[in-house]
Amino acid sequence: MTSIPRSVSALRLPPVLAGYLTALSRGLLALLLPLGLLLLWQLIAEQQWISPQLLPPPTQVLDSLLELYSSGELASNLGISLARVLWGFAAGSAAGLLLGVAMGLSPRVEAYLLPTFKAISLVPVIGWVPLFILFVGIEESLKVLVIAKAVMVPVAINAMKGIRNVPVGFFEVARLYRFSLWRTVRKVVLPAALPSLANGLRLGLSNAWMALVAVELLASSEGIGYLMVYGRQLFQLDLVMATMVVIGVVGLVLDQGLQLLERHLLTWRNSAY
Amino acid sequence: MSQNISKFDPRGLVVPLLLIALWWASAHWGWADTRLVVPPLDVVAYAREQFVSGELALGLVASLARDLAGFAIGAGAGLVIGALLALSPLTDRLAGPSLHAVKQVALFAWIPLISVWFGQGEPAKLVFIALATFYPVLFNTYEGIKSVRRELAEVTRVFGFGRRQTLLRLVLPAASPQIFAGLHLGLIYSWLGTIGAEYYLKVAPGVSTPLIDGREHFEMARVLYGMVLIGLVGALLNAVATRLEQRTLRWRPR
Repeated sequence: MTSIPRSVSALRLPPVLAGYLTALSRGLLALLLPLGLLLLWQLIAEQQWISPQLLPPPTQVLDSLLELYSSGELASNLGISLARVLWGFAAGSAAGLLLGVAMGLSPRVEAYLLPTFKAISLVPVIGWVPLFILFVGIEESLKVLVIAKAVMVPVAINAMKGIRNVPVGFFEVARLYRFSLWRTVRKVVLPAALPSLANGLRLGLSNAWMALVAVELLASSEGIGYLMVYGRQLFQLDLVMATMVVIGVVGLVLDQGLQLLERHLLTWRNSAY
Repeated sequence: MSQNISKFDPRGLVVPLLLIALWWASAHWGWADTRLVVPPLDVVAYAREQFVSGELALGLVASLARDLAGFAIGAGAGLVIGALLALSPLTDRLAGPSLHAVKQVALFAWIPLISVWFGQGEPAKLVFIALATFYPVLFNTYEGIKSVRRELAEVTRVFGFGRRQTLLRLVLPAASPQIFAGLHLGLIYSWLGTIGAEYYLKVAPGVSTPLIDGREHFEMARVLYGMVLIGLVGALLNAVATRLEQRTLRWRPR
């Protein structure tokens, strides 16, 4: 559709350079919309067409982002939030893996546990919050519990599916070699189910981040979600928007980080693509 | 999925029944804090009271109307924008990266901003539900259309199809399984969004009210009733979506 790549090739540039130029033009194209919106936003704010209380100018959002950073507030609150995610993710993925592997390996375990598990996963995370609050209060354990529940469901489902899809022949070979159960799990099941497991863990991590924001908005006196509530209460939308940017960036970094790890762990597969 | 439903296995009931027995016993003999562990029959009694007084129907209707209205807005936007991005590479390059960037912001992080811009009432709730629905529909529509095979598009070109004809006769039918998958996912997310909207924005009649009130007044029976209600409606929506999906896709050769 774009005429840029075609005109580039007409110049008969060496292919590498042409490739760079195409990538550059795509990057510029992608930036066009956000830059235009930012300019419009700045214009609206400067002309005061919309009250700055409702729409603070982007420069002010940037200022409050820089201030959060330089005052150390960002680091301390983000540290607290990430620690919560880490604990919740560790607990939830451990429980999810255990459940998923057990249900995947044994149809009997599945028959006993799957309906209960489904019922638990049917109620979304926020639905569990009041129950958890009544049981454990609104302290740290609430956050860890909520995040763990959000992580457990996708991890268990993907672990179970991954193991279910391991070809029966693999198990037969393992039986032929008289592998013990532990050795079968470690040498046959886990490697074969790894892509699905990794997928579940990624979903779990992104769920964890979402659940963290949800629970910190409700009940917290520190953390990245609390910064938002604080900004909202003082009607400082620049602070709210700055926190949204941070939440987006951290979410992206978490997801990409896990993806990198996944690629690193899966390099042994000799797949065609 | 459907196989699991049709083949009922009584073993699945063992764990829930054991849990209920344990729950009943600990409430009966006071093994745990009686405020936390209320007798199971209290929950049933509360549910019956809600049913008889009409509160149940009121909340259900309010929440479902909210859910479906938000779903319609979000799914409509997701379908149109997803199709636009998939069919026009220029639009894709212009707006695709921005949409991906905005998606990175966790769903609930929008609540404070939405509450300032749209207030705490019904419009704000609809915006949040629509936002929850939008992205799954968008991505699945996009992927579905992108996966239409090139050879098929070439055939329509040979036959001289117009744009409208290509869209209606080729693109949409070929992409329909994934579009429906996206709508299904969107419906599940819209229910999450509905509960989130009722929970975080100003209280309005709906299925989340028992949860909020129950927590405030420390009434476990109400909280449990609310959770069961939310789960049942979620399951119902899921079942309806599955049925509709199967019925609309029945024409497809296997």
